[in-house]
Amino acid sequence: MQKPILEVDGLKKYFDIKGGPIGRKVGEVKAVDDVSFTVMEGEILGIVGESGCGKSTTGKSILRLIEPTEGKVKFQDQDITSLTNSEMRRLRKDMQIIFQDPYASLNPRHTVEKIISEPLLVHGMTSAKQRLDRVGELLEVVGLSPYHAKRYPHQFSGGQRQRVGIARALANNPKLVICDEPVSALDVSIQSQILNLMEKLRDEFNLTYIFIAHDLSVVKHISDRIGVMYLGRMVELTEKNKLYDNPKHPYTQALLSAVPLPDPDMPRNRVILKGDVPSPANPPSGCAFHTKCPQAMDICKEVRPAFQPVEDNHFVACHLYK
Amino acid sequence: MAEIVLELKELHTHFFTESGEIPAVNGVSIKVHKGEVVGIVGESGSGKSVTSLSVMKLIPSPPGKIVSGEMNFKGENLVNASEKRMKKLRGNEISMIFQEPMTSLNPLFTIGNQLIEAIRLHQKITKKEARKKAVDMLQLVGIPRADEVAGEYPHQLSGGMRQRVMIAMAMSCDPELLIADEPTTALDVTIQAQILDLMRNLNKEEDTAILLITHDLGVVAEICDRVVVMYAGQIVEEGTTREILKDPEHPYTQGLIKSLPNMHEREQQLYSIPGVVPKPKMNSVGCHFAPRCEFAFERCFQENPGLYALGNQRQSRCFLHEDTEGKVKKHAKADIGS
Ligand SMILES: Nc1ncnc2c1ncn2[C@@H]1O[C@H](COP(=O)(O)OP(=O)(O)OP(=O)(O)O)[C@@H](O)[C@H]1O
Ligand SMILES: Nc1ncnc2c1ncn2[C@@H]1O[C@H](COP(=O)(O)OP(=O)(O)OP(=O)(O)O)[C@@H](O)[C@H]1O
Ligand code: SF4
Ligand SMILES: [Mg+2]
Ligand SMILES: [Mg+2]
Repeated sequence: MQKPILEVDGLKKYFDIKGGPIGRKVGEVKAVDDVSFTVMEGEILGIVGESGCGKSTTGKSILRLIEPTEGKVKFQDQDITSLTNSEMRRLRKDMQIIFQDPYASLNPRHTVEKIISEPLLVHGMTSAKQRLDRVGELLEVVGLSPYHAKRYPHQFSGGQRQRVGIARALANNPKLVICDEPVSALDVSIQSQILNLMEKLRDEFNLTYIFIAHDLSVVKHISDRIGVMYLGRMVELTEKNKLYDNPKHPYTQALLSAVPLPDPDMPRNRVILKGDVPSPANPPSGCAFHTKCPQAMDICKEVRPAFQPVEDNHFVACHLYK
Repeated sequence: MAEIVLELKELHTHFFTESGEIPAVNGVSIKVHKGEVVGIVGESGSGKSVTSLSVMKLIPSPPGKIVSGEMNFKGENLVNASEKRMKKLRGNEISMIFQEPMTSLNPLFTIGNQLIEAIRLHQKITKKEARKKAVDMLQLVGIPRADEVAGEYPHQLSGGMRQRVMIAMAMSCDPELLIADEPTTALDVTIQAQILDLMRNLNKEEDTAILLITHDLGVVAEICDRVVVMYAGQIVEEGTTREILKDPEHPYTQGLIKSLPNMHEREQQLYSIPGVVPKPKMNSVGCHFAPRCEFAFERCFQENPGLYALGNQRQSRCFLHEDTEGKVKKHAKADIGS
C-alpha cells in the first residue's frame, strides 16, 4: 500500500495588487484559491492548466518559497506550514524544485561545480574533496561528465543546462522534486532525452515528482495521475488514462480537444471556447469557468462547486456531477 | 497548379560576426502557391526566422546579409527591391506575424488606431465602420474586453494579448502572402485553436498563401498542406504534411517524430535523438546530421549530401536514398507508429 508523502489542504495564495501614489492595496490576485490534493510516495503527479492558472504558485507555496495565504501542507505527516524558517531550510533537503528556464535558473558567474556543490555545503558537507566527488557523481547520473564541472552555464546547450539543474536538485537525495515546466524551453529532440532521464532517476532513487507543464502530451507521458487547474482552482484530478479517455469537467474536455495532434488522420472534434478570458484578480462568481462553459447552468453562476470524488479516484469540481 | 506567390531559390543569408561567418540560411529553396499553407519546421537555431525575415528584408545589417539567391514574390525578385518598395509591400501584400510581437506594434498609438489605419488602407470604409471592424477582429482573436483594449497602448497588454493584436492586424489587411513566425507558440492551446481556425478561414476564403513557421508538429498537422524541415540552415526534407508526418524519409525527421510523446498510446521510454542541436558553420564537412544520426556511414562524414528528388516535390537530403536496396531505410521506418 502506497502512503501519502505530501498532503495539500485548502491551499490559498493571494497576491496584493498595489496602486495609487502611496502603493495602497487596491485588490488581490487569487493565484491559488483553495486547492487540495495528495501525492503518494513514488508517484508522478502532473499538474496542467493554461498560463496564469496558478501552477507555479502552487509549486512554490508547497515549498514555502512563497508563503501561502492559507491552508495546510503536510510533508511525511509533518505540518510544514507552521515550521520556522530555519526548520524549513533543513527540510528543503528533502524537497527540491527544478525550474522552467534552464537559462535563468543557473547563476552565470558560477561554475557548474559551484552551482551543484552549494546545496551540499548548505546541508553540511564540509569536505571540499567529498563535494567534488559528489559533483562528479551527480554529473554522471544526469548524463554529463565530471570534466564539465569547471565550465560555466553559457558553455552548455539548453538541454545540458537543464541536466545541470536536475543534478543540483538531486544533490542532497531529495524525496520530493517539484518540476516546474522542466522541458518547456527545450527543443523536441532534447525534450525526450530529459523526460527519459527524469523517469530513469525516479526509478533509481525512488523519487516522487510533482510535474508541472502546459504541454498535455508531455504530462500524459510522464504522469501517473493528473490534476487540471483553472483560474487558481483544481477542477479535475484523476489517473491519467481516466482523464484522457473520460474527461468529466467541461474545461478539461475543451482543453484536451484543443491540443493539436501530429497526426493528419485524427478526427478533430474541437470545443472552441467563447467569451472573455477572466482575470484572477476578479474571478467569476460561482464556478470560475461558468463564463466560458458550454454547459453552464443557473446554479453555476451562484454556487462554487465542491471538489469531490464522482467516481473512485476521480475528483471533479462541477455541478454537472452530483 | 495554382500560381506561385513566393519562390525562394538557393537563398543564402549569412551573419558576419566576430567569431566568424554564420550561414544561418544556407541555400534554401521554397515555393509557396496561391491558397497554399506551407510549414517550415525545425529546432531552435535552424534558420526558420532568418528565412522569413529575409523575405521581408528585415535582417539586421550588419551583421546579416543576403549573400546570394533569389526571392521571387509574384515574379519580382525582392533581393533587388529598394527599401521604398519593401515598405509598400510590407503590411500590404505581404504581412508578417513576428515571433517577438513588440517589435511590430507602434508604442505611440493605441491598438485601435493602428488597426483602423491598417484596415482603411485596404478598404474604402468610414472611420466608424473601420473601428467596428477593428473591435470585431480583436474579439475574433480572443481578446477579452475588446472595446476597451482598442483604446489601450501596446505596453498595457500582456505578451499573449499583443501577439493576438498582431495576428488581428496581419489578417485584417487581406495580404496575398502571410508569413507567420511561431504565431501561437506563446499562447495557450485553447486560444491557439481559435487562432488556427482564423488562419484556416483566411486561407480558404481569401486564397491567402501562408508560410507558417513552427516547431510544433501538431500545429503542422492542423493547418499545413506542405512542410519543409530545416536543420542547421538547410532543408533536409520536404513533402506533403501527410508524407512528412506519416512516412518521413530523412533520419532526422524520423527521429523527431519518434521522439514525440504520444497522447494516444501508452509507451514506456521515449525515443530520443542523441547529442545536441548544432549551430550552422561555414565549410562544415559531411552531413550536418551525421554526428547524431544512427544510420551514418563513412561517406556521411566526408560529403554533404544534396537534396534527392523523390518525385512530386518530395525531397530528402540523405545518402541513404542512393542505397537502392533500401535495407537501412526500411529498418529505420519500421518502428514509426502507424
Ligand atoms: N509575485 C506575484 N505578484 C503578483 N501576482 C503574481 C505573482 N506571481 C504570480 N502572480 C499572478 O498569479 C497568477 C498565477 O501565476 P502562476 O505563475 O502561478 O501561473 P502559472 O500557472 O505558473 O502560469 P505559466 O504557465 O504562465 O507559468 C497569475 O495571474 C500571475 O499574474
Ligand atoms: N543577429 C544575429 N547575429 C548573429 N547570428 C544570428 C543573428 N540572428 C540569427 N543568428 C543565427 O542564425 C541562426 C538561425 O537563427 P534563427 O533565428 O533563424 O533560428 P530559428 O530556426 O528561428 O530558431 P527558433 O526556433 O529558436 O526561433 C542561429 O544559429 C543564430 O545564432
Ligand atoms: S546522410 Fe548520413 S548522416 Fe545524414 S541523415 Fe542520411 S544517413 Fe544520417
Ligand atoms: Mg508557471
Ligand atoms: Mg525563430
